[in-house]
Amino acid sequence: METMVKSMASGSEMGGFPPATDIDTGVIPIRPSGRGMLQVAVDETRRTAALKAPVKARVEALSFFYGLTKALNDLNMEIREKQVTALIGPSGCGKSTFLRCFNRMHDLTPATRYEGRILLLPEELDLIAADIDPIEVRMRIGMVFQKPNPFQKSVYENVAYGLRIRGVRSQLRIQEEVEKALRGAALWDEVKDRLAASATSLSGGQQQRLCIARALATNPEMLLFDEPTSALDPIATARIEELIAALREQVTVLIVTHNMQQAARVSDYTAFMYLGQLVEFDETSRIFTNPAQKATEDYITGRYG
Amino acid sequence: MSTEGLGHHISSRYNEDLERLRSSVLEMGGMVERQLAQAIGGITEPDARMIMLVAQEELRINQLERSIDEDCSRILATRGPTASDLRLIITILKIITDLERIGDEGEKVAAIAARLATRERPNNRYRELHNLGELVSEMLHDTLDAFARLDTDLAVAVLRRDRVVDEEYEAIHRQSITFMMEDPRSIRRALDVMWVVRSLERIGDHAKNVCEYLIYLVHGKDVRHTRIEEIERELRAGKG
Repeated sequence: METMVKSMASGSEMGGFPPATDIDTGVIPIRPSGRGMLQVAVDETRRTAALKAPVKARVEALSFFYGLTKALNDLNMEIREKQVTALIGPSGCGKSTFLRCFNRMHDLTPATRYEGRILLLPEELDLIAADIDPIEVRMRIGMVFQKPNPFQKSVYENVAYGLRIRGVRSQLRIQEEVEKALRGAALWDEVKDRLAASATSLSGGQQQRLCIARALATNPEMLLFDEPTSALDPIATARIEELIAALREQVTVLIVTHNMQQAARVSDYTAFMYLGQLVEFDETSRIFTNPAQKATEDYITGRYG
Repeated sequence: MSTEGLGHHISSRYNEDLERLRSSVLEMGGMVERQLAQAIGGITEPDARMIMLVAQEELRINQLERSIDEDCSRILATRGPTASDLRLIITILKIITDLERIGDEGEKVAAIAARLATRERPNNRYRELHNLGELVSEMLHDTLDAFARLDTDLAVAVLRRDRVVDEEYEAIHRQSITFMMEDPRSIRRALDVMWVVRSLERIGDHAKNVCEYLIYLVHGKDVRHTRIEEIERELRAGKG
């Protein structure tokens, strides 16, 4: 196995520290946060290794810029269908930025720019192409955030909302889909008698599952989770984790988490990111028992910093 | 993974916990080694105090095993170790079982050595038993050395030596059968010799197990029940 070692920074001659700006492009590369830097060797063979399940999304040479700051640097990765892929890495490594690319959450932030492609298979739809409607993307790829953010509406309307936007008129059909989504989010039994109650009257864990139900209602192909349990207690967290494991039956899941044990528990594949690069991508069981890269090892064992 | 690789946790208490655990294992290994040396010494040089010393050592070994077990459980419960830390804990849990069993075998050797001392000794004063004992002691010593330095080359060398132990075992076995056929009065003594050889051979096997765990600790590869040639090839591939 041939391992290509390169510095995280674009200017590897600079002894590991990135230059202030890249002279050719005028782009400011991502900087380490000032604390101890990880020793990074990018393994070119491992990160695109042929793994088993069919591919749902293929990330090709993806870079992302906030103004002149390069937040993601040439990511290449395959997301497996109906599997859970976890993104881990220290704060500022770009994992949330990467996740948000998948449903075009950056579109509203001024002066941002994508390079490369994110292809949704099988039709190879480029999610970040300028001529692709972000609303359509979001119907196919749902997102759940760190803090539960239900609409100030009833439980029922929260879930029905996406269907109505999609132009579903039949009340019967909407009813069926709402129940299906709520069951899918393991919330039905708890709210079936209070569908008309305000969503904000639910507990935090229930609100988060309601958001999952809302995302499920439009039958998405992929669900994005951005630290979905960091605001929840251990019991609500366990429920969401159970749910994520069950969701694997119907959708492809991409999850960002700071809780490494959570990544180890819920995911099939894990990507370790650092300074906007993908350092290592492999089956979760390997990443957490015998990672190939020293940087990954240092991070997951708590030796970073 | 290197010995220095064990340092530098963000949590210094975690560092200290892992470091202490490692030195406890080495301490336990040292006790087992000393106990085995005493037992083997007793085969050729009868020593009335030997059996008592061995029994005392056995007690301390057992206590240390329990305390290491407890530390491992606590670290698993509180730290959720991953990657090399996880492999270290898993490996230690397994290693101490083998070390404790070496202690048990050592005690058996000591008991039989004490019994042999009360009887007439053969002309060579059990030279072949003593030689096998030395061989096995060396294996144990190198195994502990390999663990202390995370040296898998040395571990592989120990694995290779296990074959020699097996050959010696076979040779003494055949020799004992010959003695028994020639002179039925030697049966009792020959059987005791067989028990000692059996224990020594088991100690070699336990040392071998520890070496295999060590390879798992360092390279993350499970090489149990694998032919030695294959292990060497795998390790070369891992380094290449």
